[in-house]
Amino acid sequence: MVEYDPVLYSRLLTGLTLGFHVIFATLGVGIPLMIALAHWLGIRRNDDHYILMARRWAKGFIVIVAVGVVTGTAIALQLSLLWPNFMRVAGHTIGLPMFMEVFAFFFEAIFLGLYLYTWDRFKSRYTHFLLLIPVVIGSTASAFFISTVNAFMNAPYGFSMVEGVLTDVNPLAAMFNPATATKISHVIISSYLTSAFVLAAIAAFHLLKGRTSVYHKKALHLTMTAGVIFAIGTILIGDFSGKYLHYYQPEKLAAAEWHFETESEAPLIVGGILNSDGEVKYAIEIPYALSILAGGTIDTEVKGLNEFPTENLPPLWIHYLFDGMVFIGMFLAAVSLLYLLAQRMKWTAFKKPLLMAILAGGPLALLAVESGWIFSEVGRQPWIIYGVMTTEEAATVSQHVDLMLVLFLILYIVLGFTCIRVLRGMFQHDDIEQILKQRK
Amino acid sequence: MSFEQTGITFLWVFLYVYIIAASIDFGAGFFSYYTKRYQSDHTIHKIIQRYLSPVWEITNVFLVFFIVGLVSFFPEAAFYYGTALLVPGSIAIILLAIRGSYYAFAAYGGRESKFYTFLYGATGLLIPASLSTVLTIALGGFITVEGELVVLNYVKLFTSPLAWSIVLLAIFSVLFISGSFLAYYAVRAEDSDSASILRRYALRSALPTIAMGVIVFLLLRDHNPEHYSKLVDIWWVFALSVLLFIAALALMMTGRNDGTAFLLISLQFATAFFGYGAAHLPYLLYPYLSIYDGFTNETMAFALISVFAAGLAMLIPSLYLVLKLFLFDADYIRALKNR
Ligand code: HDD
Ligand code: HEM
Ligand code: HEM
Repeated sequence: MVEYDPVLYSRLLTGLTLGFHVIFATLGVGIPLMIALAHWLGIRRNDDHYILMARRWAKGFIVIVAVGVVTGTAIALQLSLLWPNFMRVAGHTIGLPMFMEVFAFFFEAIFLGLYLYTWDRFKSRYTHFLLLIPVVIGSTASAFFISTVNAFMNAPYGFSMVEGVLTDVNPLAAMFNPATATKISHVIISSYLTSAFVLAAIAAFHLLKGRTSVYHKKALHLTMTAGVIFAIGTILIGDFSGKYLHYYQPEKLAAAEWHFETESEAPLIVGGILNSDGEVKYAIEIPYALSILAGGTIDTEVKGLNEFPTENLPPLWIHYLFDGMVFIGMFLAAVSLLYLLAQRMKWTAFKKPLLMAILAGGPLALLAVESGWIFSEVGRQPWIIYGVMTTEEAATVSQHVDLMLVLFLILYIVLGFTCIRVLRGMFQHDDIEQILKQRK
Repeated sequence: MSFEQTGITFLWVFLYVYIIAASIDFGAGFFSYYTKRYQSDHTIHKIIQRYLSPVWEITNVFLVFFIVGLVSFFPEAAFYYGTALLVPGSIAIILLAIRGSYYAFAAYGGRESKFYTFLYGATGLLIPASLSTVLTIALGGFITVEGELVVLNYVKLFTSPLAWSIVLLAIFSVLFISGSFLAYYAVRAEDSDSASILRRYALRSALPTIAMGVIVFLLLRDHNPEHYSKLVDIWWVFALSVLLFIAALALMMTGRNDGTAFLLISLQFATAFFGYGAAHLPYLLYPYLSIYDGFTNETMAFALISVFAAGLAMLIPSLYLVLKLFLFDADYIRALKNR
């Protein structure tokens, strides 16, 4: 028997719920933007394909949102149930953006309802389109606000702790801490990227299955064009995130890169394994790359793991998560660039492999989001609020967290499966041209 | 008003809106299931769908608002309730999750199955039962605090007549509020058959609701004399509530003016709910936590209240738009324009 440890189970349950929520949350942030792009193109070009695209994406979106809403409600309650001590401190310092987030939810929920149920109800098509704008703003704003909370956990500013008592609270300084800029921009743009690729993967799937409707080609073109921009943006901002880590959380960066000795001209280590003597084997080394990631120049001195007390270090397996995220980022950028190039140059030879790469891109992007978050969250350990409160101090002491973990695991499995089945059922047998004819 | 009182008043108002909106939603689930199963009546089901589809998410946000607002304004509450409510809180989350997602799967995914409707109907009664238990716990007597350990005494809770009376009160209130609102909505949809069925359901739960209200009131005397005496001090609020109830009942019996009847019922619940809340103060959790020792710092309180004001300025016009387009647009309700 394993001894009951509420801290361990609380961590597992939090990770489980957030890991599940973030799939729907990420798509919830990005898809409204994609719907807006399609809807806008449809109105401007007077093209029914794009209008239908917006309609169909919106129809699938509402199912995603529903699961996002219920799992989001779960995590909002769980933060208090599992981390009562954390919420005690967080409420005093970073409660403001959490509270603002609720208004963003209101905004989004209200206008999403309005948008979905008012197709063809207004004289001007623009009026209906305008209802979508608050949805886009609201969903991005909710990602913005919640990410500032997470940024605060990484870089706690805006208060002082005098003998265990909180004083001098400045909610705005807590919200706009040094981690905020890179955190929110990377989270938001990677959500856009992921959504573009998930929608592209669906279009690629239809094309691979031999559906010939120009609808799917238009969908692919739109999502890939957006995808290139977001992919490059994600990589650029990811690079800034590395620089943030270098200045404010050097042990996280060092752990991600298995960088033991402080040195300049540090190489970036890709893959590999760490043997029991602490030596890196079978890894690819990219010379100078870590120094460039950390400071922009090859002579930047990067702090090594040996400078930190071992009890303050995160587990070193996060290296693989970081590598996975970066690899996928490069892959997505390459695929979308190649696609556009192939279009331009009218290369047809690569069509099939490219479509298959795009199809893989959807799930891979989601995988990158998961690995990015787990890397970032586990990389902060042992702290829940960096340098202020450890995860252990924050956890609940209640009984039965293990039982709750099992219950929620079952819940998410059931929800996940039903969600996929429902989405497939909604779109599987549709013949696009048929639908367009009927609507005429 | 002090910051503390302002904060708790905001939260209580939002909780009230949630209770009314969610009651309509919960009861609708039950009626929907019941009429489909036992009356093979599908028009009621359709009317309910028409009302619920655009608004269920908004209803949910009111709950999230209350929770997030509570821990932002009263961080200590997160500690006490969070520690004590792990199990009941998790069960409530799971029920809410099942309800919300299966509603969406059925309504948007076009998968009408008996099982989904059953889940939707059953959770409609189970959720108010589990959420109302939090109010019972807040009355004190079920939680003991020893240092960092906050323990909920389940045996005491499950054997308490007061707790069960509050559960019953919640369930009957849900059916009463929901029935009367949906009857009004059916009338607007010019479906008088459904309206009279729904009105009948509402009337059937009217007397049990008020009876349970009185029983809870009486049981409180032994359970928490301090709270009880404060309730008695403002007896006129509850008397007003009963008068509103009688007026609403009379209107409903005539079968006309369902709108006014629903309005009176909302006021009946408002008076009772705010009266109850006022008597509960200053405690958030009797006797361990009051609004004064659990409050956030002044700077944060000021920031939260400012955000709240700005948020309301955006929220109220948007909600007005929803009401106008879905609730008061007779064409929409009759489903002429929008297929
Ligand atoms: C599609 C998703 C995706 C892709 C392709 C990338 N990232 Fe990322 N990354 C995220 C999605 C993400 C994320 C899920 O949004 C994270 C998790 C936590 C966070 O703040 O953002 C993240 C975190 C994150 C962090 C940690 C920030 C922190 O802990 O505060 C760094 C240093 C990078 N990323 C760097 C990169 C680089 C150099 C990439 C180059 C290709 C990259 N990311 C691609
Ligand atoms: C949505 C994407 C996120 C994912 C996938 C995620 C994942 C995780 C994981 C895996 C853990 C456990 C880490 C460990 O114990 O080793 C964790 C912890 C935690 N996360 Fe996140 N997280 C996400 C976002 C957030 C955000 C935005 C917040 C802030 C509001 C947050 C708050 C917490 C808290 C309070 C803990 C528990 C303490 C800790 O272990 O550090 N998380 N998260
Ligand atoms: C980076 C991580 C996260 C992102 C990007 C994110 C974003 C979102 C999005 C887009 C939704 C759907 C809302 C809607 O469409 O109506 C949502 C729902 C929700 N999220 Fe998250 N979220 C994240 C993490 C969290 C965390 C840590 C919490 C807990 C504090 C949280 C709380 C909620 C709640 C309460 C809802 C339900 C809102 C409603 O009822 O409408 N989220 N989130």
